[in-house]
Amino acid sequence: MSDAPPPLPSGSEWTFEAIETYDREIGRVAADYGLDVYRHQLEIITAEQMMDAYASIGMPVFYHHWSFGKHFLSTEKSYKRGQMGLAYEIVINSDPCIVYLMEENTMPMQALVIAHAAYGHNSFFKGNYLFRTWTSAEAIIDYLVFARNVIAECEERYGEDEVEQLLDACHALMSVGVDRYKRPPKLSLTKERERRKEREDYLQSQVNDLWRTLPLSPEKEAEEAERRFPEEAEENLLYFIEKNAPLLEPWQREIVRIVRKIGQYFYPQRQTQLMNEGWACFWHYTMLYHLYDRGRLGEGFMLEFLQHHTNVVYQPPFNSRRFSGINPYALGFAMWRDIQRICRDPTAEDRDWFPDLAGSDWREALDFAMRNFKDESFIAQYLSPRLMREFRLFNILDDPAEPMLRVRAIHDEQGYRRLRQALAEQYNLGSREPDIQVWNVDLRGERSLTLRHFKYQGRDLGESRDAVLRHVASLWGFPVKLEEQDEDGAVRLLTEVKIDRRRNR
Amino acid sequence: MLQIIDRRNDSKNKSAVNRNRFIRRFKGQIRKAVQDAIARRRIADIDNGEKVGIPANDISEPQFRHGRGGRWSVVQPGNDRYLTGDEIERPEEGAGGQGGGASPEGEGLDDFVFTLSREEFLDIFFDDLALPHLVKTQLARIDEYKRVRAGYTSTGVPANINVVRSLRGATGRRLAAGGPYRKTLRTLHAELAELERQGAGDSPRAAELRAEIARLLRRIEGLPFIDTFDLRYNSRIRIPAPTTQAVMFCVMDVSGSMDHQKKQIAKRFFMLLYLFLTRTYQHIEIVFIRHHTQAMEVDEDDFFRSRETGGTVVSSALELMLRIVRQRYASTAWNIYCAQASDGDNWDADSPKCREFLESSIVPLVQYYAYIEISEGEPQNLWREYARVLANHPQRFAMRQIGGPADIYPVFRELFRKSLA
Repeated sequence: MSDAPPPLPSGSEWTFEAIETYDREIGRVAADYGLDVYRHQLEIITAEQMMDAYASIGMPVFYHHWSFGKHFLSTEKSYKRGQMGLAYEIVINSDPCIVYLMEENTMPMQALVIAHAAYGHNSFFKGNYLFRTWTSAEAIIDYLVFARNVIAECEERYGEDEVEQLLDACHALMSVGVDRYKRPPKLSLTKERERRKEREDYLQSQVNDLWRTLPLSPEKEAEEAERRFPEEAEENLLYFIEKNAPLLEPWQREIVRIVRKIGQYFYPQRQTQLMNEGWACFWHYTMLYHLYDRGRLGEGFMLEFLQHHTNVVYQPPFNSRRFSGINPYALGFAMWRDIQRICRDPTAEDRDWFPDLAGSDWREALDFAMRNFKDESFIAQYLSPRLMREFRLFNILDDPAEPMLRVRAIHDEQGYRRLRQALAEQYNLGSREPDIQVWNVDLRGERSLTLRHFKYQGRDLGESRDAVLRHVASLWGFPVKLEEQDEDGAVRLLTEVKIDRRRNR
Repeated sequence: MLQIIDRRNDSKNKSAVNRNRFIRRFKGQIRKAVQDAIARRRIADIDNGEKVGIPANDISEPQFRHGRGGRWSVVQPGNDRYLTGDEIERPEEGAGGQGGGASPEGEGLDDFVFTLSREEFLDIFFDDLALPHLVKTQLARIDEYKRVRAGYTSTGVPANINVVRSLRGATGRRLAAGGPYRKTLRTLHAELAELERQGAGDSPRAAELRAEIARLLRRIEGLPFIDTFDLRYNSRIRIPAPTTQAVMFCVMDVSGSMDHQKKQIAKRFFMLLYLFLTRTYQHIEIVFIRHHTQAMEVDEDDFFRSRETGGTVVSSALELMLRIVRQRYASTAWNIYCAQASDGDNWDADSPKCREFLESSIVPLVQYYAYIEISEGEPQNLWREYARVLANHPQRFAMRQIGGPADIYPVFRELFRKSLA
């Protein structure tokens, strides 16, 4: 090895040249491992800009709203008091993939972030099926610019207060404003712009048709009375309101749509947090070690890198003061490492549990898993008994019908499957969040909107429901009812907001 | 191809807009917090930022969430004691262990605390006082500049041309530029005179010399009398206006009828004057004089807190003030301001005495004397006497009967107008 490549720049101060060198070398390693990534662009920012980015959910451009100011203030406060370090990185699922590097960071940190975000997250965004189906990396930045301009324009024309109220209401419904099963059409800025006007007119005509006040013939009316609208319950509240709310102005529908589109864009991130973070950790670890093994990185670099790495992937036990749930970085990282281990060095137990995986090519196995799973199914498929033992996982059932909590399963032979199933369920957004759907609209009567909460495992809705319902009512413009359907099918009315916006005008 | 973009210098303070929106939205709560802060603060602290708390409930962003109750199955790490089938006591409310999904946001009920900047704090303070915008901007800005001469420059506007300097420059230039010609002229003249002396004044050489001399004279003549290069302009630079010192007397009636509410209004009155003075003077001293039948100099805490019973003799405070001025602030280097707050009660025979005393001794001494009467009823005898002072000294004396903070500003109207002019 006489012509071994020279070591990479050492020392803790970063320079633009050093960043470039590191990026080139890490990129070379990533290509060797077959990571398929978008082009990326590194942006150097200050701590304050990092907090800015935080406040607007990580986006480089975003519309204005007081709630982002609130997030900024609270971030700033805890940062200044030293309660919280800033996240090392923010990476944006766009093409080119944008990665922020904070100027305060040392060179090893920058290298860590480049490996983690510019190659780890980036390849996940490009490969995972949820991101591929539900987001359009090439269009998102343009769309955000479009959104910000539309909203600024509306503020100018209709007043900040008016727009603010509307945004408040939309934000309250953001988590019930996503399509979970239907695939949304791709975002395209030109189309959005072109169609905006067209859509406004069309939508309004549709709505008007639905709310026609001319009397129908008696037979038809009887038939109408039978019919429920919507005929099938609609899970996407924002979509339903955008298309059907009787009193919204076209510009208000446009804003509802914007909030809905952006919520939809972030939905895959919430479904794949464990996988995505674990994946990025796995790759920064693997790639930097790869460079170290070839003598390109010094001991000092590795010490600093490992200190940050172990901080990130540390899992405190349940009875520790630092415990706040399962650390997605820790479990995710451990799972990807574990899959690699099962492929390369399987035990008898692994062969028993993962016959197809044991002994196969680890790169292909990881790539397959990254592309085709989300947190819930990833755990159900890949969590190994060995990892459950390592994490000393146990499952507790809290049933209000019983006086005590019960331990249902621990990390033993009888418990593995149940434990794995329970943990997978814990990552199922569908069951973690309340299931609320649009059930009916009283088309011929008082025009009230009925939402229905499908109760699961006896879990009630929290107190915030009244406040959210008021927001729904302000969008709908007529009374809104919230019903609850028990698991045995019994339905009862929870609460009702009576308003009639026409009278307030 | 890798792109590295240095964003450190662009879009600083991007979220300032969002921050302002936040403050605007919760103005009601923030204003209340600011009022509490004013009650707590010392007068000289008015000019700082403030930590403000807003009830977390008011600013929550509601979403549909699960409440307590229902069956929850939770997987936790780090089991060091349990076996399948073990039963565990339910942890107390709020303790860890359970409820992984119960409140994913971990929303507490504590106040949402953040820090208002100095500008934001003053803005809200001013809002209460209904200050005109011009005054607000003046108060919020510290820098005051005065333009002074600072030599000459070679660039400037025509109005600033310095004629003497410019012409002196032009003369110098003409001398310098014409020098070589004149030297040649001298030799030519000498040669011509020599020829004439020899009687060869008509020779072709003499004609040649004459032509050359004429040409050189035209050359010298042709030098521009003044060139743009010669122009000099008076230069003026801005330097911070000289600051001096001021003393502010706060005089307040602390007889039984001045309750907490009235004192809070009086405090804002003093604060506003203080704020004005900090803009104009670098060094400010505050003297607190409280009085009932007797006047006393006290510190700020006693000033706002203690309450006495008994009658009121205003002139005692005026006399004390004069004594203090003679003792400590006699030199002309001190600008004296006085703010007096009272509920208007005074011992009948004392009021004419106050007027005379003010007119003869105090008003001539001070830059500005502001009086507020915090009451709703008919003006009392003190008011009537003061009204006569006002008639004689409208520039330096101001008074007003007020019910709330918004009435305070007009008392200072003259004062602010003067400084803005």
